[in-house]
Amino acid sequence: MNNKGVDKSKRQFLTSALTVVGAVGSGYLAVPFLAQMQPSVKAMAAGAPVEVDISKIEDGQLIRVAWRGKPVWVLNRQPEVLATLKTLDSELRDPSSNESIQPPSSKNAVRSQRPEIFVAVGLCTHLGCSPTFRPEIAPVDLGEKWQGGFFCPCHGSWFDLAGRVYRGVPAPTNLEIPPYRYISDTRVIIGESSEEKSA
Amino acid sequence: MKPSRLAECGNWVLNRFPVTKFWNDHMAQYYAPKNFNIWYFFGSLALLVLVNQILTGILLTMNYKPDAKLAFDSVEYIMRDVPWGWLVRYMHSTGASAFFIVIYLHMFRALLYGSFKHPRELIWIFGMLLFVALMAEAFMGYLLPWGQMSFWGAQVIISLFSAIPVIGDDLSLWIRGDYVIADATLNRFFAFHVIAVPLVLVMLVFMHLVALHEVGSNNPDGIEIKESKDPWGHPVDGIPFHPYYTIKDLVGVGVFLLFFATVIFYMPEMGGYFLEHANFIPADPMKTPEHIAPVWYFTPFYSILRAIPDKFAGVIGMGGSIVVLFLMPWLDRCKVKSIRYRGGIFKKALFLFVISFLALGYLGTQPVTPIATTMARLFTTIYFGFFLLMPIYTRWEKTKPVPRRLTKVKSFEDQLHEIEEQIPAFIEEITEVKPASTEIGHPAFKGAFFNRRPNPKGIAHVLSRVATKLKRSLD
Repeated sequence: MNNKGVDKSKRQFLTSALTVVGAVGSGYLAVPFLAQMQPSVKAMAAGAPVEVDISKIEDGQLIRVAWRGKPVWVLNRQPEVLATLKTLDSELRDPSSNESIQPPSSKNAVRSQRPEIFVAVGLCTHLGCSPTFRPEIAPVDLGEKWQGGFFCPCHGSWFDLAGRVYRGVPAPTNLEIPPYRYISDTRVIIGESSEEKSA
Repeated sequence: MKPSRLAECGNWVLNRFPVTKFWNDHMAQYYAPKNFNIWYFFGSLALLVLVNQILTGILLTMNYKPDAKLAFDSVEYIMRDVPWGWLVRYMHSTGASAFFIVIYLHMFRALLYGSFKHPRELIWIFGMLLFVALMAEAFMGYLLPWGQMSFWGAQVIISLFSAIPVIGDDLSLWIRGDYVIADATLNRFFAFHVIAVPLVLVMLVFMHLVALHEVGSNNPDGIEIKESKDPWGHPVDGIPFHPYYTIKDLVGVGVFLLFFATVIFYMPEMGGYFLEHANFIPADPMKTPEHIAPVWYFTPFYSILRAIPDKFAGVIGMGGSIVVLFLMPWLDRCKVKSIRYRGGIFKKALFLFVISFLALGYLGTQPVTPIATTMARLFTTIYFGFFLLMPIYTRWEKTKPVPRRLTKVKSFEDQLHEIEEQIPAFIEEITEVKPASTEIGHPAFKGAFFNRRPNPKGIAHVLSRVATKLKRSLD
């Protein structure tokens, strides 16, 4: 025993060193703990492409297929719908899809590879509800300005029949267009990009 | 005299585990103000509902299957095939709504009597954390039945996180554990709902009570009873929590259970407000129900989200509507706690706030229309105005003198008696004697009562008196 009293600086050093080591250790342990909540390998593998027969879709009809657990719409648009689309630009937030997600082949005025066949992920870009398909013009509940489109029942966002978002609604961007390509005149494969194959 | 064997056994335990001390500190010698009124029932009722949720929840986990393929059917199995399963499930689902009713009233009590103010800021903060944890608990529990509302409600709420810049998308992916709401999401929400959040809730309740018992309860007069003590060091205006308030709270429990049982047995769905109709359809990731709305207790905040026409701003608004509540102890600059002695401007502001909260709650259950959106925007402005303008309007508030000791309030019996005495004069005023010419043939219609008819002038007098009284009570 010495009688110089306690050497506090050593204690302080040991306390600090132990704190740092403990914090680093906790940090390392936090990684697996947090990362195990990420999608599992099985969940990541589940995104296989889906093949759709478009020959049986009637004029103006919309069909829904499941891709990666999400609803994907395939809509057969008539010429008058395509004509209306051109008149809407001033009402839209992003008419030329500069801020929206779509493959380059669909980055055009009608947002599709073939103008009449429209393919889109049927989830609102606001909070992920599936908008309802409302092709009729100026229905009572939506009012005079409605030119046919998709209406999100959750928070009232408006999209036209090219999935482009209107101004003054909660949704920030146009509906997402998934990668897809035509494998024949009547068959579309969703989940495979048309650019990769041609390149 | 030698102590008995039993007393020795008792002492053996008490020397090692101070049950009696704990009981005295928190019950038998915890002095609570003697003037608690009806608003003070809701704290103990919240505790009762928490116990109900834990007990029925444990029973439900014995038959529920947290698997996307089995969940919906296992709930129906509980409802139809498990003995008394319907009762346990309805107690749990009604308990969730009851929890929020009780908690909202409990929070409103704090606003009325300034229970969030110095020195009780931490009690309020712990309480607000409890409220947030309770919302998380309710939200995750709502996914478990795996109905349409469960699925799409969770889809919307988890997507809220994706609005956060930069990390948003990865964060919502991490919460879901899949690219869409799926089995992984259901399974982890089950884990959170059943073990993680309840543990947090119980811990926070403990902290809420420890903080409360440290500084002592507030009361409807909003004065500190610890400031006047008797020679033994007890507050003069305090009474031991046990037996006085345990017995009083039992009456509250009785009345509460009366309503609770009525809902469970006669209206468990509460017209689609407690259990939504669309949730009796199994979850369908392909199709959102025509009209989706959260359960009633989230609708005020949901309305605020919908009212703001921008994704990120909407999420900020919704989060902000809860964050401002945390700041109450610092937003309110008025020294006087109780509404009884506060100025008219606060009473009016609080009144507007209550109206806007209820209106937002109603609008949140309704579909989006242009008029509803305009209304929601108006009420959102009032909601935030109440909080954000508070540092200004509470500063020039004209308060009334605050008494040093608790005031006496007329007992309910006395109030009834007074009203009873006023009735004849009141009838005299709002009616007048019919002219003699109007004859009623039947003898049953004879007598003083049938000889009179309503007097418009008298009614106008009464109404204007009520209006002046109302106005004066708001000053």
